[in-house]
Amino acid sequence: MAISKIWVVAEVVDGNVTTSSLELLTAARATGATVEAVVAGDGAAVAGELGSFGASKVYSTGDLGGSLLGVPVASAIAALVSGGNAPDAILLAQTYDGRDIAGRLSVKLDRTVLTNAIAVAVSGDTLVADHAVFGGSKIMKASFTGAGPFIVLVRPKSYAAEASGGAAAAVETIAVPDSGASGSATVTERHMEERTGPKLDEAAVVVSGGRGLGEAGKYSMVEDLAKALHGAPGASRAIVDAGWVPYSYQVGQTGKTVKPEVYIAAGISGATQHMVGMKGAKNIIAINKDKEAPIFGIADLGIVGDVHKVLPKLLEALKGRS
Amino acid sequence: QFMNVAVCVKQIPDPALPGSLDPSTHALVREGKLILDDSDAYGVEMALRLVEAAGGGEVTLVSMAPNSEQSGLRTGLAMGAHKAILVSDPALKGSDSLGTAKVLAAAIKRANPDLVIAATESTDGYTGTTPVQIAELLGFPSVTFAKKVTVSGGTVVVERQTESGYDDVSASLPAMVTVTAGVVEVRYPSFKGIMAAKGKPLEELKIADLGIDASSVGWAGAGQKVDSVVDAEARQAGMVIEDDGEGYAKIVEFLEQLKVI
Ligand SMILES: Cc1cc2nc3c(=O)[nH]c(=O)nc-3n(C[C@H](O)[C@H](O)[C@H](O)COP(=O)(O)OP(=O)(O)OC[C@H]3O[C@@H](n4cnc5c(N)ncnc54)[C@H](O)[C@@H]3O)c2cc1C
Ligand SMILES: Nc1ncnc2c1ncn2[C@@H]1O[C@H](COP(=O)(O)O)[C@@H](O)[C@H]1O
Repeated sequence: MAISKIWVVAEVVDGNVTTSSLELLTAARATGATVEAVVAGDGAAVAGELGSFGASKVYSTGDLGGSLLGVPVASAIAALVSGGNAPDAILLAQTYDGRDIAGRLSVKLDRTVLTNAIAVAVSGDTLVADHAVFGGSKIMKASFTGAGPFIVLVRPKSYAAEASGGAAAAVETIAVPDSGASGSATVTERHMEERTGPKLDEAAVVVSGGRGLGEAGKYSMVEDLAKALHGAPGASRAIVDAGWVPYSYQVGQTGKTVKPEVYIAAGISGATQHMVGMKGAKNIIAINKDKEAPIFGIADLGIVGDVHKVLPKLLEALKGRS
Repeated sequence: QFMNVAVCVKQIPDPALPGSLDPSTHALVREGKLILDDSDAYGVEMALRLVEAAGGGEVTLVSMAPNSEQSGLRTGLAMGAHKAILVSDPALKGSDSLGTAKVLAAAIKRANPDLVIAATESTDGYTGTTPVQIAELLGFPSVTFAKKVTVSGGTVVVERQTESGYDDVSASLPAMVTVTAGVVEVRYPSFKGIMAAKGKPLEELKIADLGIDASSVGWAGAGQKVDSVVDAEARQAGMVIEDDGEGYAKIVEFLEQLKVI
């Protein structure tokens, strides 16, 4: 029983399929299996986009109101599986909602989940997932031992999304069973932060700041540089934990993986957990006053210097350019 | 109005020490002294504040760990938690997150909590799935990535972090909430707290006490195995120069070469 059918749980934000979901469709297609998508919300509205990335069918839950997605999506999928329509594998992006859905599904199907995968491949009747360990210096290959469906959470940015030019996916509306109290988590209001410029995980340039900035107020230098380069600002965990910037800015093992053309690390030491999230950048520039800082071990250009001296001059030099 | 909160606390090898893998199973070696996972210290703090705000109740720590390890639990008790449940059993070695969740869910049930708090992800395993699996096993709603938690009546209201800000989310109690690092300032155990912790109740259980079958947990129950660990492609270091006041110009030059500017 090889891997012949894979479902991708596709997330939709502001009417568009997220890049990380398109990456998963690309990865699923590469296995040669039939690829189908599950969408929380109106699947018909994105059937064209999903089809052009290789999904032949989209299972659509329809409007879920303000429900957090974990419970309704997992129970809808579990109902399909127990009704006899079971895929061999289910891929989800390791995002806020992806984890919730995978955790719920794991219990409903009584199947384990492989998490934090950076690559997925078919090996005989099972799936093998790669995981970056020890700060990305080693790759651990893990596989499933029992029966499918195999559930895998894949880290965003592990694959490059590539369209296949397929026709629009056929849409099938699926039932969402009532889950009672366990499904009671509901969004009552959304608060959006004002943000301009590209998103952190999609920007061609990322400028991240760390503890070496000295104080929260100095983070504005990082934001200004990101803006001057049409990039996105990011951060090390040290300054997220210190409350200088929100968690969504964090780059690294417990934050985002970024793969920009240029990554600039200002006042960041280069802990393994940080580097695992940014060492896939094409070019890395580091500014750190300690010439022994590990970040210099992977930087294409390292400046041993004080961020408070280098950044203001750099900002001045970039004025009116780019 | 009293509120009982259970907090999942994982006891882990000191992350500051270099980790190692068992050469045959490729699992993280968890021998020796374990400590309270820093990520869970935030959960303990959040629970203490919620119980204080409710005007009373109990915080129960729940942990699954090898070799009857207690030191992380003692840290949480010293912070002010009232009691602890520890599940330690040789049969649990090699458990995956689903196996771990089955054990923790059964232990949490004994505490009969209004609310369960866990970290969004652990420092050493970071699957980020265990708490939601626990919630599903218990039939509780779950709200992950909380930065602020309040309880009123039979409802928990959470500010849940999102990609673009945060959402207000409400769920009925009993519920599971996961918190991320840094959302509250964690208190240090006082000397008095450390002394008091020594006398606080710590119940130690085997899986048989929880009615769990050994075949559903540990290596026996895990649905996954590690096949191999290989070296990743290494990245080469480039040019490193001392800033003599003109370091910024090197960056400008490099950005020009890359046609970023
Ligand atoms: C399980 C786990 C997961 C983690 N996940 C992440 C993650 O996702 N992302 C992450 O970033 N970290 C993560 N960490 C934390 C990580 O180990 C480091 O603690 C963190 O990355 C350090 O942040 P930093 O480089 O800003 O601070 P520090 O390590 O304190 O480094 C500050 C640097 O600034 C330099 N500096 C100081 N002053 C100046 C100056 N004036 N000019 C120039 N340079 C200066 C110093 O030389 C130093 O190198 C994780 C840790 C664990 C245990
Ligand atoms: N063995 C354990 N004992 C107690 N709590 C745990 C254990 N494993 C996981 N947890 C809880 O679940 C959270 C997420 O863990 P993980 O799924 O490993 O990322 C942890 O931070 C803990 O709060």
